[in-house]
Order: sequence, then structure tokens, then C-alpha cells
Amino acid sequence: MNKIKISAKNIDVFYGDKQALFDVSMDMYEKEVTALIGPSGCGKSTFLRCINRMNDVIDICSVKGNVSIDGHDIYDKSIRVESLRESVGMVFQKPNPFPKSIYENIAYGPRIHGIANSKTDLDEIVETSLQKAALFDEVKDRLHQPGTGLSGGQQQRLCIARAISVNPEIILMDEPCSALDPIATAKIEDLMSELKKEFTIIIVTHSMQQAARVSKNTGFFHLGKLIEVDSTDTIFSNPGNQKTQDYITGRFG
Amino acid sequence: MGLFLILLVLTIGAFGFLIGRLKAIKLRSASQKKITSLNHYYGYYIAIFAIVPSLLVFLAITAFQGYIVEVYVLSDFIDLNPNLLASDKNLLLAQIVNTSKGIELFDEISPLVTDAVDKYIYIEELIDTLTYVIVLSVAGLLSLVAYVKIKSNLDSRKFVESFLLILFFTCSLVAIMTTVGIIFSLLFQTLKFFSQVPITDFLFGLNWSPQRVFVRDSGDLDTRDLQNAFGAIPLFAGTFLIAFIAMCVAIPVGLMTAIYLAEYASPNLRDWAKPIIEILAGIPTVVYGFFAALTVAPIVRDLGQNAGFTVSSESALAAGFVMGIMIIPFVSSLSDDVINSVPQSLREGSYAMGATKSETIRKVLLPAALPGIIGSFLLAVSRAIGETMIVVMAAGLAAKLTANPFDAATTITTQIVVILIGDQEFDSPKTQAAFALGLTLFIVTLLLNFIALQVVKKYTERYD
Amino acid sequence: MFDASANLKKRLKSERRFQIFCITAISFALIFVLILFLNIFSSGYSAFYKTTIAIDVDYSQVIEDTTQFAAMSDDEINKLDLFRFSKKSIYSLFPDIEDRKEKKLLIRIFSIEYEDEIKQFLIKNKENIKKIETVYLTASDDVDQVRKGNYPRDLPEERRRIKDIQLEYYDILENNGRVKYVFNIPFLTRGDSREPELAGVGGSIVGSFLTIITVLILSFPIGILAAVYLQEFAKSNRFTDFIEININNLAAVPSIVFGLLGLGIILNVFGLPRSTPLVGGIVLSLMTLPTIIIATRASLRAVPPSIREGALAVGATKMQAVMHHVVPLAMPGALTGTIIGLAQALGETAPLLLIGMVAFVVDVPSSPLDASASLPVQVYLWAESAERGYVEKTSATIMLLLGFLILLNLAAVLIRRKFETKW
Repeated sequence: MNKIKISAKNIDVFYGDKQALFDVSMDMYEKEVTALIGPSGCGKSTFLRCINRMNDVIDICSVKGNVSIDGHDIYDKSIRVESLRESVGMVFQKPNPFPKSIYENIAYGPRIHGIANSKTDLDEIVETSLQKAALFDEVKDRLHQPGTGLSGGQQQRLCIARAISVNPEIILMDEPCSALDPIATAKIEDLMSELKKEFTIIIVTHSMQQAARVSKNTGFFHLGKLIEVDSTDTIFSNPGNQKTQDYITGRFG
Repeated sequence: MGLFLILLVLTIGAFGFLIGRLKAIKLRSASQKKITSLNHYYGYYIAIFAIVPSLLVFLAITAFQGYIVEVYVLSDFIDLNPNLLASDKNLLLAQIVNTSKGIELFDEISPLVTDAVDKYIYIEELIDTLTYVIVLSVAGLLSLVAYVKIKSNLDSRKFVESFLLILFFTCSLVAIMTTVGIIFSLLFQTLKFFSQVPITDFLFGLNWSPQRVFVRDSGDLDTRDLQNAFGAIPLFAGTFLIAFIAMCVAIPVGLMTAIYLAEYASPNLRDWAKPIIEILAGIPTVVYGFFAALTVAPIVRDLGQNAGFTVSSESALAAGFVMGIMIIPFVSSLSDDVINSVPQSLREGSYAMGATKSETIRKVLLPAALPGIIGSFLLAVSRAIGETMIVVMAAGLAAKLTANPFDAATTITTQIVVILIGDQEFDSPKTQAAFALGLTLFIVTLLLNFIALQVVKKYTERYD
Repeated sequence: MFDASANLKKRLKSERRFQIFCITAISFALIFVLILFLNIFSSGYSAFYKTTIAIDVDYSQVIEDTTQFAAMSDDEINKLDLFRFSKKSIYSLFPDIEDRKEKKLLIRIFSIEYEDEIKQFLIKNKENIKKIETVYLTASDDVDQVRKGNYPRDLPEERRRIKDIQLEYYDILENNGRVKYVFNIPFLTRGDSREPELAGVGGSIVGSFLTIITVLILSFPIGILAAVYLQEFAKSNRFTDFIEININNLAAVPSIVFGLLGLGIILNVFGLPRSTPLVGGIVLSLMTLPTIIIATRASLRAVPPSIREGALAVGATKMQAVMHHVVPLAMPGALTGTIIGLAQALGETAPLLLIGMVAFVVDVPSSPLDASASLPVQVYLWAESAERGYVEKTSATIMLLLGFLILLNLAAVLIRRKFETKW
């Protein structure tokens, strides 16, 4: 087993007065895919957004507890949230490329972080990011056309390339295939198995098959609580909790 | 000269930007490690230090310059006559400034003035030079300080972003400052007015003839002149009369138009009829005023006379009618929105029972949309009360208490313009009366809008 | 079973009646737009033309050798006293007239600046002045209006400003082919004048332009930044609510109240110069701000949150996400709002009356600190004048004003069509 990359301890999340997560503790391992499953509204996306502090954006949202990456508390005052997000990339449910060219979409991150020193550096980053996202061959002739003109699956891979462009260590994926057709989904899943060699990937998914296909470990959320976390094989063949059993056999959700 | 100084400061800022960026690039290559922010943020860091404080200093100096010059130049005059009036001071100052420019409006110039002219030229030059020196040295020194402060761990991005946020916030304060400015300017003059004319006379008096006060020198007004000159009831009545006529035109036409466009018209017709009606809202009111005075008023007069009425050539009817036309699009577009927001299920329920379209509209849609429609009427009334140019050009100027639409009537806005157009004497009760009228107008329209918005809001919440 | 009962027939009749009411209402509004435009255009188009009358000027009576004019500077020519000479040139049209009164009446069929027009012709053609030149002089307003058919000839003489004998002169001149109807360029370039035939809108066009530029410079940045703050950064608290209520109220405050603000604060407290486009611009900016802020906020709101999240997720700060992505996307909406606000400001009159932009200004202003009028104020000023000639000028000014407004609105529509993204 790889070493622990992310460790969440006793996470409570509140939206105003409403509590969305209850005392969630979970470890995630380096260069592996960890899946978070559960019925909608169960808090799995909220938990994911704690890892790159995207919850900070919502005024009324407050997070209690402790998340550490490589042993560093990411909610510490000395942590700059922008640098955190530089090393923890995120891909969203619906592909959200900027309405700019494909090139600009990927170049944006490196530019604001000052990663590229020259135009050639930047060109190189764009190319490798696209290659890693398995998109380069499809778009190499139209790098300067709008990213919004691509198909849904291509757009999502563009967003993955955008996340990769700033050399993150972790990539968070929030139901990345829910807006895509089966073929595009298959491509993204293939891509994930490629990416996990280099990155730690946490994926939220509503599809249990997808979790079974891509992940090594799976956590099951229900009503804001982490019910069970174990290796994917165990969760799907021999869950320890009745609720998990009910969910994966399709009794609810 | 101010413009040139500002340009100089901006140049320093631009230069500061360049050296800041350069230093950041140097730091980056020297330390071989990551520095906190991107290079150009260090440029902006210096530029902000160079430009913002120095411009604020410049503004402050300019604001006080007039005062300093006045005190210094007029010191001899004030020694002679400590109770010099403000208006006399302004007159003297104007004479001194004109003389210094070589314009001689007076045949004889007293030696005191000649002295003052020399003093004026001296102090103006002194202040100009000092301004240059102070502003430029502030800009230069602060750039230098900022340059020295740049280190690899300086978070210049955070600084720049905080600065921007403060700038944005300041911009959003302009709205508040405008409101405060309006209230302050209205209230200040109004209170002065009410110190001379009792508020009850103003609100309940039946006679408005401020010109009586105007012909007398404001210095020796006695209370008799002020009595019975500032009774605003005729103005309120005239405003109400004209607004009422306007609403008689605008409400039926606007509402029926809205109903037709929302319920009957094909999308095609809607697409071109709506913009044409909205043209009515885009036409400047002065155009309506011209049209009312030159075309509609004579027609109204001729028609009325043929029917055996005596019609004034500046009848309330003509002004009100044209104002009503102007307001049609307000009523129709607001009502249109309201009618459209009535849920489709209500219509379908009515049709399913075999009701015709007009029955559905009258018995179901309008009652359901009524609060919203009333809200739109209130907004339209507030618009009519505040409208100025149509009434200035087409309604009467003399205040007369009348309810006859063929008679000339005057309004609050007309009187404000009549009093304040051209030269004003600022300390006369007549001028202050205009501000009192303005305050009345402000309060009334504000209340109407407030109520209208509340009504509309309640209504939309109901169907959300 | 589905036969219409008597009751249903009645109901259907009432349905028809209701529809007819509605159609009447909407036709009333549409027809009014049509009448207004027809009325303005039919009375205004003639102001773009003016009547001129040719006279023969013998410049050799000024200087025997007319080639010497070429050596004179414009200033020197302007300083020549050609008053009697000009009069004599006009008299030469009808050498038989002896009576002084009749001579005076003859002079009066020309506009008052005939001497200047004769000089300007000289300056323009000084290089090769012939001994005798044909110079077209502007006709007086009375003649101009008769020529345009705006002024009835068949009234009894004592009720007319123009006398029978003048009409006689005019008819003779017209029959001799001396009357020419030309495009009225000075109307577009000159400032105001007490003589309708000489009055132009040039001054007020420039005044309006300077005012609008001031409005643009002030209200565009302030409006957009304020909208960005309120929409993107402001925490939702009482103070933010207060700012918002303020903005919504300001949008509904009658324009004349802004005039009182300008008079009470900007002129009297800050002491900025009266009657100037600068002050007019400041007052109108304050009036336009709510429009811009509300429009910009609406288009900021329309930018989907996923764009902000995308930028934040790669590690942009909030400021960067907003300035790099959200604001550029909201720009078309903000620009459209600004242009609509500018159009409002361009047509606004009442506040300008109070800050003294109604002064009679002959010179075309050259900076925002010169006293000036604006197009709508010019409409007001001329509409209040008694002379018949100002009526067509007023209508023509309205045509120009409406023209500019249409251009602005067209620009707004084009920007919206071209750049607006549908999400």
C-alpha cells in the first residue's frame, strides 16, 4: 500500500445553520484513485471541496476539523489557498472551459503562477498537458480556436489538461462523467488509469460501476456521514455495513 | 497646469511600474527560488505608491487653494471692515482676478485693490510652485520607499488586490454620496427657507406668487411680503391634475397594449410592436414638450372652443395628454412583465372550463396580476409627478388653483425651473423655495417608488 | 351538442369587443409615434436648406487693382470697413429706388450679416478676385420662410412682418434667377444667434458631445467597478443592502432633483464653473450611474459560477478570477447598459436648465470648461422663441437629436447581437 497523501480528521461542514458533513475522517493514498460514492445530497461533493478549500468561496459555509496533505494542515493560516489549489487541481461535474481558445485555457494557470518563463516554456506546458489529457492529437491543429467549440468529452479532457497544467499532485474530480455519453466516459476512465501513475486522484461519482472500474479504495457517504471506507473490492463484494449493502444492491439512492 | 502635473505624476507611476518589474525579474534570477508574486505585481506596487497618495495630496491642495487665496488676498479689506458680506467678498475677488488678467471693468481702481492684485499674483504663483514641489516629491519619495521595500517575500499581489478592492468599494460609495448630496443640498436650503416662511404656510397656503418677493431687494424683506407668497397648494393641485390626466391616458392604453401583446399578439407582431412602443420611452422629454406646446395645445384649444369651452392656450389637458403618451411604455412594459409572470396553469384552468380568452383575462389574469399592475401604476404616477420638460414647455407658469383641465395649471417641477433658470440670488427665500419644492418632490416620488417596489416584490414572491 | 347557445354568442361578441379595445389601444400608441415623427420631419427638414440671393459686387471699388487683395492677410481684410460699400452693392440690384425707406426695406430682405458675408467671399477667393463678382448672400428669415412656404403670403400686409414691396422685390429677383436654395451648412457648424437664419446647432452639438464624453469618462469606470464590487465582492450585510437600496432609489429620482444637487453642491459648494459641459457631465453621470450599475450587475450575474470555479480551481485569486474571466465576459452587457445610459443623458434637459446650460452661447465651445448649450437645451431655447424661423430650426434640432439617439441605440443593439454569449 502507498503512503497516505491526504488525511481528513473529524470534518464538520455547515451551510449557515445546516450541517452538511458530520465528523468525517478518511485517509487517501498517494498515486491511487479513491472513489466517493453515495446518493445525491449525501455530502460527497462537499467533502471533496474541503480538500482544495473550494468551500471557502461560499460565504455561509464553514468547515471544522483538520485536513492535511503530506502532513501539512491545509486550513492553517499560513497556507495560501491559491498555492494549495495549484497543487490540488479540480475537474467539475459539467465541463467548464473558459470561453477562450484551447491554448489560453491551459496557459492561464501557468501564467498566473509564473510557472512559465518564456513563450516556448508555455507552449511546451500546453502541449504536454494536452498530451497527458489524451487530447493533443485531436486539437493540435486548432489550438487557437475556442475551447467551447469542442465536444462535451473533449471539453472535459480540456478541463483535465487545464488542471494538470500547473503540476498538481492531487486531482479532484467531481462527477466528471455525469454530463457525458458512454464513449466519452470510457475515454475519461482510461485516462484516469493513466493519470494515476503520476497523480493522486479523488473522484466523486454517482455510478457504482464507475467506482468499481477505476478506484482502488471507496468511501460510502450517506446523509452527511461517512458510513464505510475500504478497498473497492471489499465495499462491493463484502460491505461491512447494512446501508452500504442496501445502496450497492440498489435498494435506495 | 493641473493637467500637466497629473500627467507628470502618471509618468512617474509608469516609470515606477517598469523599475518595479525589473527589480522583481532581477530578484527572481538572483535568488533562483520562487518569489511570492508575479513580476508585474511589483510594478503595480510601485505605481500605486507613486500615483495614489500624490494625487490625493494634489486634490487636497486644490480644494483648499481657493480658501487660502481668499484669506490672504482679502486680509487688508477684512482688517478695514471685519463684517464684510460673503457676496461683497466674491465681488471684490472677481474684480481682483479680472484686474490681474488685464480686464478692467472699473474706471477707478483703489490702491487697496492694486495691492491685492499684487498679492493675488504672488500667492497664486507661490501655491502653484509649492504644489508642483510637494506633489512631485511625494510621488518620487514614495516610489523610492516602495522600491526599497520590494523583497522576494513581499506579497505584492495581496497589496495590489487589496488596493483594487478598496477602489471598487469607494466607487460603490458614490451612490450613497449622491443620495447624501441630494438630501444635504435640499435640506440645507429648505431649512433656511422654513426659518423665514412657516412650514404650514408652505404646505397649506393657497397663494403662490414668489415673484412678489423677487422684485424687492432681499436685504430688507419684511414678513408681510413673505406672507401669502409661498402657499404651495396650487402647485400640488396642478401637479395632481396634470398627472391625473396623464394617467387617464396612460393606464387604459398602456394596460390594453400590454394585454394585447402578452395574450393575443403573434410572436411576430410582438417582436416589432414592442420596440416601437418602447421608442416612446426613448424620446427625450423636451421633444414631447415641443410637440405638446406647438401641435397638441392648439388642437386641444380649437376642439374645445368648437365645443363651446374657453380653453387656455396652455391647457393642463394638452400637457397631461402628451405626458400620458410618454408614460404608456412604462405602464405597458411593467404590466407586460407582470401578466407574463402569472403561471400558465391559471390560464389553462380557466380555458378548461370553457371560458373565452377575454373572460380569462378579465376574471382570472387581471385579478391575479392586480398587485403587480397597481405597482406599475404607482411607478408611472411617480414618473408623471417628476416629469419636468413637458410641463415647463406646455403647461402654464402662473399658479392658479383650478380643477378645470382646459385651464392653465402649473406644477412643482415647472416652478422649480421658473425660479432657478437664469441668474439666482442664493440667499433669497424665493430660491430657497425652489429647494423646498424639490425636497417635497423627492420625498413624494421616493415614497411612491418604495411602495410600488414593495407591492411588486410581494407579488412576484407569491408566484416564485 | 356543440351548438352555440344564445348566451355563448353574447359571450363571443364581448370577446370581439375586448379584442377591438386592445387593438385600438395599441394602434393609438403606434399611430402616435408615427404622427410625432411625421410632424417633426415635415416641419424640420426645410431647416437644412436656406435661401440665398445673388448680388453683383464690384470689388474694384474697394481697391482699384483687385490683384492686390492676394497680398492682404485675412485679418487686414476683416478690418476693412465695407459697410457702406456692401449696402451700395445691394442697392445696385434696384438702381431705380430712391426712397430711403424703400432702400431700407430692400436691405432687410437680406440677413443682417451681409457685410461679413461679402468679406468672407473676398477672403476665400482673394487669390483671384475679378472686378465684379456674383456673391450669394443669405436671405433674411422672413424671405426664407416665404420661400419655404411656411409663411402665408395672402395675409393682409399689416399682419405680416414682410411688406408687400419686399415681396415684390423678392419676386423680381426670383424671376431674374438670382434666388438660389442651397444646403444650409452654417446650420450645422455655427453657434446660436438672435437671427433665425444665422442660428446654428454646431455649438450645441459640440456642447452635447463634450457633456457626453464627460459622462462616459466618469460613469463608465465608476459604474462598472461599483457593480463588480457589489456583485462579486460585497458580503451580504446591512451596509451592502443599504447601498443597493440607494442605487435603486436613485434610478427613480426625478431628473430635476439631480439639477438641484448640481446647483446646490457642485456649483455652490465646490465652485465649479456654471453653464459648462463639465458640470453638466458630472450631474448627468450621477444620474446615469444607477443605469450602468444595474445593467452591469445583471450581466455579471449572467456569467455562470462554473467559470469562476474553473479559475479558482487552478489557483487564481478571487480578484484574478473576476478580472480575468468574469468581467470580460460581462463587458458586452456593461457596454450596452452604458450606451443606453448615455442615450438617456444625451436627451436629458431639466437638470441642465438648473446648472445654467441655457445660456445664449454664440461661440462653439472648445473645451468642457467653456459655457455651452446642448442639443436638448437648444430645442428648449428655440421652442420658447417667437420667430417663425425657429420652429423649423427646433424641429431640425430634434431630428439631429433623434438621429444621434438612434445611432447610440443601434450601437447598443449591435454590441448585444455580436458579443453577447448565451449561457
